[in-house]
Amino acid sequence: MKITDQIVDKHGLKPEEYQSIKKLLKREPNLLELGIFSAMWNEHCSYKSSRIHLKKLPTKGKQVIQGPGENAGVIDIGDDDAIVFKIESHNHPSYIEPYQGAATGVGGILRDVFTMGARPIALLNSIHFGDPKHPKTKSLLNGVVSGIGGYGNCIGIPTVAGETKFNETYNENILVNAMAVGHAKKNKIFYSKAKGLNKSVVYVGSKTGRDGIHGASMASAEFDENSEEKKPTVQVGDPFTEKLLMEACLELMKDNSIISIQDMGAAGLTSSSVEMASKGSLGLELELDKVPCREDNMTPYEMMLSESQERMLIILEDGKEKKAKKIFDKWDLDFVVIGKTTNTNKLSLKFNNKVVGEIPIEALASKAPIYSRKWIKKKPRKNTIELKNLKKIKIEDALIKILSSPNHSNKTWITNQYDQMVMCDTVQRSGSDAAIIRIHNKDKAIAVSVDSSANYCKSYPLTGGKQIVCENWRNLITVGAKPLAITNCLNFGNPENQEVMGEFAECLEGIKQACEFLNYPVVSGNVSFYNGTNKKNIYPTPVIGGVGLIKKLSKPLNHSFKEANSSLLLIGKTFGHLEQSCFLKENYSIDEGMPPEINLLNEKNNGENLLKLIDKNLILSSHDVSSGGLITALSEMSIASGYGAKIFKPKKLTNLIKYLFGEDQARYIIEIKKNNSTKVEKILKDNDIYYENIGYTQRNFFEIESELKINVKDLFKINNEWYNTY
Amino acid sequence: MKSSVIVFPGSNCDRDIAVALEKMQFKNQMVWHKDTKLPKSDLIVVPGGFSYGDYLRSGAIAGKSLIIDEVIKAANSGCLVLGICNGFQILTETGLLKGTLLRNKNLKFINKDVQIKVLNNETKFTNKYKKDQILKINIAHNEGNFFTDTKHLDELKKENLIAFKYCDENGNGNQEANPNGSLENIAGILNDKKNILGMMPHPERMVDDIISNKDGINLFSSLLN
Repeated sequence: MKITDQIVDKHGLKPEEYQSIKKLLKREPNLLELGIFSAMWNEHCSYKSSRIHLKKLPTKGKQVIQGPGENAGVIDIGDDDAIVFKIESHNHPSYIEPYQGAATGVGGILRDVFTMGARPIALLNSIHFGDPKHPKTKSLLNGVVSGIGGYGNCIGIPTVAGETKFNETYNENILVNAMAVGHAKKNKIFYSKAKGLNKSVVYVGSKTGRDGIHGASMASAEFDENSEEKKPTVQVGDPFTEKLLMEACLELMKDNSIISIQDMGAAGLTSSSVEMASKGSLGLELELDKVPCREDNMTPYEMMLSESQERMLIILEDGKEKKAKKIFDKWDLDFVVIGKTTNTNKLSLKFNNKVVGEIPIEALASKAPIYSRKWIKKKPRKNTIELKNLKKIKIEDALIKILSSPNHSNKTWITNQYDQMVMCDTVQRSGSDAAIIRIHNKDKAIAVSVDSSANYCKSYPLTGGKQIVCENWRNLITVGAKPLAITNCLNFGNPENQEVMGEFAECLEGIKQACEFLNYPVVSGNVSFYNGTNKKNIYPTPVIGGVGLIKKLSKPLNHSFKEANSSLLLIGKTFGHLEQSCFLKENYSIDEGMPPEINLLNEKNNGENLLKLIDKNLILSSHDVSSGGLITALSEMSIASGYGAKIFKPKKLTNLIKYLFGEDQARYIIEIKKNNSTKVEKILKDNDIYYENIGYTQRNFFEIESELKINVKDLFKINNEWYNTY
Repeated sequence: MKSSVIVFPGSNCDRDIAVALEKMQFKNQMVWHKDTKLPKSDLIVVPGGFSYGDYLRSGAIAGKSLIIDEVIKAANSGCLVLGICNGFQILTETGLLKGTLLRNKNLKFINKDVQIKVLNNETKFTNKYKKDQILKINIAHNEGNFFTDTKHLDELKKENLIAFKYCDENGNGNQEANPNGSLENIAGILNDKKNILGMMPHPERMVDDIISNKDGINLFSSLLN
């Protein structure tokens, strides 16, 4: 078949990219080769627009065993334990087919984790939907939640934390980001780098079907009115087979049979084989007749580009085939030697004893295009909001509006659909600032949280980038964990648009600054561009997934008030920053101005000193102050516990609205026993930490001195109402 | 006491129940679904999970697996058998327990802590509990909506074969306290010889204060009694 301009375009390749392909091959590619180039050179696999920016992120630290570039990041949590984790997007497939899109998103990220020798111990997710009133939102929400639950529940890994947000910017392009966390022995981590000549390349897992062909290319383009037609590019998940594959792989990993292992994710057999060969500077020869196929008459093109799920490629040590096959037979999974490593540095594909494709590995990997795309800096939106120009609102009404809004409503109707308890190591389930997972058979634990702040990132990406890292860091601290490292999922619009590229560059700069300052390196991640429909781009939505360590697990800490008549302290300064606040958005539909400033020094000091107090067992409960401000955070602590609180009128900041609803950063609320006050305040003073005595806990009523008094039961009702009427 | 946990492909609470049994000093063995012989055991546990993916009816394929014939034989000769969640579904598929588990009334997977009441505390499985004791136990299932015919229901009541019922904090078995639509709030039942217990709640998840509570412990210590 002659390759026409039209065929090139259909493969998502630009004319100039096609010229480079011809130059690298020194000839015209055939259709199979073109397909392989398209799979490897698309944005999703090549990171061609993001690479130069990603390089700037801090990825090293004493705690880091493996940074970005492998299937997942690996960190050291002491003894011989390591934590393997990563977050990944499945936005485009989930919009087209919510159940399967979300399910396979979970399946894909789990494979990334157990490929490295880790047993997955927790799943998290960050899902963003359009306006709840948009006709598609409800069914997308239902489909995604069932898909996430369907996969995680069946494979038996607890889904322990996450966030669900609504904003009209996602009306035509939802976000589904899934994160998996696994536990491995430090000296038993498996990598994808091939080593040695003439080693067997083994295909294991499910058979290859025609599903998901060109999935990665689809995910590298904007949607238009014909998006529905893209359904066949979405893969179909089979959590049962993945469970078998996981158990079989972990069983094989117990001895030294495996040289390298790589899951077949985006771009399937193509990207897994190229990845292994390129990292090992070797060639690979595959005999495609041997690939186990689900359907008849599949062509080499279809086999190489299929994104059928639950498959792995393994390079085995000599003489281990028989033993390995026995394990996969036990689990009723395919196990076929489909090729070998070579010294040609080429990917050679044979079919019916003929060479049907041959491409230098470097052309697909290191020689893939890298773009330094033009971008423009965001201008600071200097306008401030004057409260006196707005219609007066009662504090109680404003609070009710926030607590009953889709974004702040209680989400147990979602989390109750996920098995959070299976594996019996979930110490803190979802609903608190972070989930806590015990390391099996040990008395230590990890804390995990995912966070995003698209509004802040849209209004000023540099500050927004810093803010999400800090918020994520705070969420781990409030449950008593020392934050160790993060994974990030960078969801943005079309990178060819200079404004979008600017948002990307500046968000990343913000993430970089915060991570560097907090010694909170990035160990894995994923970029998802082209989130938008018909030239309308989504808000920049970087999502941060953090992991922290609780060295000695005693009573888990959360944000639920523990008793009446304990003191409440607010750590961190309150300035009353209302621009970009939930208060203005929910009550006045105003989203103007700059997000609250981030002071990294304060973040670090406040957080580290709170950890000290927690380690000394002086804290009953703690919660970070974020969206909705102080009053919302306090309400959440009340709702979670059934206890109320009495909050004094502020002595300094006179405007009560600003005091209660301002979203200044680096703040925490802590509940302490009255007789520990002196001790706690001394430690805070000695360390120059700004704090205020804001009130005390009490039974039944949530109260702001001479302003508001609500029964906690009513608060609970208000917070739980929205979904019942949705 | 010797216990055996049956492991089907897709079982996912097998490790959890093994940990609980070992914690309670059972001598436990895992038995693979392709095995054709059961080790000598005083207790057989059919654990939770999604056996064979449960793509057909829950438990339907496991009910026809190689090892299940041995489980049926052992049960019929008086061996104690405990089916939890998917294990309960499997036991109804084998006919060892009558009735069936339909999809939850709200058509959604449900994972949460619920209250159940001990109706019969004079069994091998429940003798360490007090009668009408209220337990807080985790449920996690898609098909836990127990249903049976009137004749069987009458028999369950007459012979005192209802082990647990869903209830509220005060022990009332009203509809608000019924998480999945089960007939008369039934959460767990016994066979007529009372050597087989099937239950949807997960007692193995409730043996450790730091994770949840210890309301499940007495089920295991009853067996040791």
